Amino acid sequence: MGTASDKKLFDENGLRLDGRSPGDLRPIRIETDVLNRADGSAFIEWGGNKIQVAVYGPREAYPRHMQDINQAFVRARYNMAAFSVDERKRPGPDRRSMEISKVISEALQAAVMVELFPRAQIDVFIEVLQADAGTRIAGLTASAVALAAAGVPMRDLVVGCTAGKVDGKVVLDLSKEEDNFGQADLPVAVMPKSGKVVLMQMDGDLSIDEFNEATSMIFKATERINQIQRDALKKNYASTAQDWGE
Amino acid sequence: MPRDELDVMSEIKRNYILQKIKKDGIRADGRKLDEMRKVVIQTNFIPRASGSAVVTLGRTKVVCGIKIEAGEPFPDTPNQGVLTTNVELLPMAFPTFEAGPPSEDSIEIARVVDRGIRESKMIDLQKLVVEPAKQVWIVFIDIDVIDYDGNLIDACTIAAVSALATAVVPASTIGQKDFPLPITCRPASVTMVKIENIVVVDPDLEEEQIASARLTVTMAEDGHLKAMQKGEPGFFTLEEIQKAIKTSSDVGSQIRNNYPK
Repeated sequence: MGTASDKKLFDENGLRLDGRSPGDLRPIRIETDVLNRADGSAFIEWGGNKIQVAVYGPREAYPRHMQDINQAFVRARYNMAAFSVDERKRPGPDRRSMEISKVISEALQAAVMVELFPRAQIDVFIEVLQADAGTRIAGLTASAVALAAAGVPMRDLVVGCTAGKVDGKVVLDLSKEEDNFGQADLPVAVMPKSGKVVLMQMDGDLSIDEFNEATSMIFKATERINQIQRDALKKNYASTAQDWGE
Repeated sequence: MPRDELDVMSEIKRNYILQKIKKDGIRADGRKLDEMRKVVIQTNFIPRASGSAVVTLGRTKVVCGIKIEAGEPFPDTPNQGVLTTNVELLPMAFPTFEAGPPSEDSIEIARVVDRGIRESKMIDLQKLVVEPAKQVWIVFIDIDVIDYDGNLIDACTIAAVSALATAVVPASTIGQKDFPLPITCRPASVTMVKIENIVVVDPDLEEEQIASARLTVTMAEDGHLKAMQKGEPGFFTLEEIQKAIKTSSDVGSQIRNNYPK
């Protein structure tokens, strides 16, 4: 986690640098079907994050030896654009992005009804155009929407959110500064209907009480984020209905 | 994680493992649900390394060697030493492991091991500065997996922590006096997998193959969480995670008893 610093992350009223209280989310906006070629797509703005997601498939898995005769597999590719961070990032996969791709693939695999598509793969391309802390869960949240927009059968959407510890206090949805200078980071993703946890990572230092406080904050927030996902999906069909004069 | 050579496990074996866990609460090899396999640690196995350890965890075997070299710090942390972790899944360890660039699996293992050591602040990196912004000590943790029978994350963490605990900084190479690597604590990772709805500690390969999800919880002596990682396509409920944290705290202190003094 962050390096020791005397940077103040709370003001005298206990508010955070961007004016949020500890349990507040940053503004989130999701738009679906923004790309033409892809089978499904979503664009998410979450605080300063701008992330584009595209879904291709289900389609025949390639290379052939990867095919599973019982089910499809979900292959997410998380990638950061060279211009997405302050200092130019060397393009292409690195160890961090490979790990993130893996945990996102596994989280989505839990939600998609993969048993319906033997020998198939479902590709989810996540391009982080601008990064502002919490990219993996923002990308995952948008991926679930893009899969639904592509018409891929799912048990439930997947909703992600982070909590962390800043100046010894548990807060929701870390900002960039809080991520850099905070003491813990806990990204979690759930299937909101059942509360099943499909992604969980943690680094830093959390007592068990702090962990419980953080997870209850996250669970509450995922309900709100899930509503934003649903609204985004509905909006598209509402406008289609309008075009047809209904 | 890789499956066995044929990518299948016989239905009979799968059912045997399942039934035993579900009915008797005992695992195929006779262990209790929260019981680790036997851990054997041998340190200073590679005298040419700055620190080293061979660890067997049941039939899983890994070798960790630490190399410490003087070098440049990262520009954003001029007053800290550098730590890097790498895990090699050698072809000798398993029929489907192949030589070549690191696989997703080996990257994940290395990053989870690294996170536990880094976030627990096991190594006091501030004491590894020769000249700020110019020269610091770089600690390379390299782990060779030579025999694979499940739970590489814990085997590799045990090996890395044991090797670091006995490591010596070779300061004589730059005309100073050698000194032991400054260590502040001993993190222990505990990995559990979920088989149907039962969570077992320290899975062997067969258990990994039939498990739906995996959770690693790394804690230090202070009883605080330092790193976590959920893996594989299944899920955990929040209650299962809370119980897993408790298990990690108990099993972690058993692991810590094995660490070199």
